[in-house]
Amino acid sequence: MSSKSKRSALTSIGQKQVMAVTGLLLCGFLVTHMLGNFTMFIGSDSFNKYSHALTSNPLIYLAEVGLAALFISHIAMAFRVVLANKQARPTPYHTYKKSGRGGTFASATMAYSGVIALVFLVFHILGLKFGTQYTAVVGGVEMRDIYKTTVEYFQDLTHVIGYIIAIVALGIHTSHGFWSAFQSLGFNHPKYNPKIEFLSVIFGIFIAVGFSAFPIFCFIQGGH
Amino acid sequence: MSGSNHDTMSLNLKVWRQKNNKDKGSMVDYKLDGVSPDMSFLEMMDTLNTKLVKEQGDTIAFDHDCREGICGMCSMMINGQAHGPEAETTTCQLHMRKFKSGDTIVIEPWRAKAFPVLKDLMVDRSAFDQIIAAGGFVNVNTGNPQDANAILIGQENAELAMDAAACIGCGACVASCKNASAMLFVSAKISQLALLPQGEVESEARTRDMVAKMDELGFGNCTNEAECEAQCPKGIKIENIARMNREWVKGAFAARK
Repeated sequence: MSSKSKRSALTSIGQKQVMAVTGLLLCGFLVTHMLGNFTMFIGSDSFNKYSHALTSNPLIYLAEVGLAALFISHIAMAFRVVLANKQARPTPYHTYKKSGRGGTFASATMAYSGVIALVFLVFHILGLKFGTQYTAVVGGVEMRDIYKTTVEYFQDLTHVIGYIIAIVALGIHTSHGFWSAFQSLGFNHPKYNPKIEFLSVIFGIFIAVGFSAFPIFCFIQGGH
Repeated sequence: MSGSNHDTMSLNLKVWRQKNNKDKGSMVDYKLDGVSPDMSFLEMMDTLNTKLVKEQGDTIAFDHDCREGICGMCSMMINGQAHGPEAETTTCQLHMRKFKSGDTIVIEPWRAKAFPVLKDLMVDRSAFDQIIAAGGFVNVNTGNPQDANAILIGQENAELAMDAAACIGCGACVASCKNASAMLFVSAKISQLALLPQGEVESEARTRDMVAKMDELGFGNCTNEAECEAQCPKGIKIENIARMNREWVKGAFAARK
């Protein structure tokens, strides 16, 4: 066997494994983000206190850098993979038909749902994290009134609809991505696979439905 | 025997014609009458070629050999699917009874950067040979054959290795994959060796070398859609790709060679 082959970490498999690991960690982020957002349902003070506890912790910068690194690696690998895949078939088929026994809508649209999620991410950060600054006093402590910013942001129906469309796209993305990550990392077992695939769909629905609840809640809170 | 062979079919065929690998190529329409439903797809192509010879036209070049579904030579994208619409069936084993008289059938070669078209429906699949040459073998000291039962192999691994070894290397996985990825083929070849004690020893370096060659040749990346598994005429499973991914991790971090 040749020992001349280059040991590049970025072979086709390496790239997919970076996407798998970063994707699973980002799934973890989505879950914690959602759980945190649930404090909104308890009341404005809970949501503001939660937000303040996060942002006033100096470790937040480290977490943000880590999170950005996850997003950037995941997206960079996605672009590399998609570009390589386009080059792998320079002449398209006259007729190309799926068997119906393989891919799903989610698996066929990963690049599109990913791009929707990316565009959404930019608007999401600009509109909320860097959105209007209000101040509230909770328990004698002055802090950002992120609750007011969020409710106000979602009084605009286009923001509500845009958010729901993007989050449904993200739900579809994760419904394939979650199980796909296990496959890319080499975990495929006839006993556990159906369970992982089922869990993956449930996870996608959980993301789509769970996050959609927030803009609807805010829209209603604003007096609609 | 049914009486179906008395009812012949008329077909509208759209076939990719390309003089050589420099030619641009195009789809050409043919009308073919008198096709028996009992013919295989390749016999239908033979009938079309006989007609073309009579009309002093250029016959359509296509790959074929055993016509028993085991050699992996026949290919053809039929109505947008590798080896046609029937599951786990090669083009040579596909019968015309699967189509109806009056149908339009689109016939194209495999499409992939690593599988350049040579002429009409023939593509150069030597990229697969290059991947095998990069590591798809077992280094052994030759000598007298040893006793058949000297190395015991567990039943399950023997079955899995045999399933992986059913790959005939036809390239349908590459053709059907939207990314023209060769991972099902490569993983089947890696698996059939990795699952057996004789091949397991070199598995990590083998995987690393074969994957590197696969990438170098310009095949696409797997996006875990399993369209390859669905269109593979031998039913090779994507669990082989997962096994290759595992072996690759071991190779990337642990192979000493």
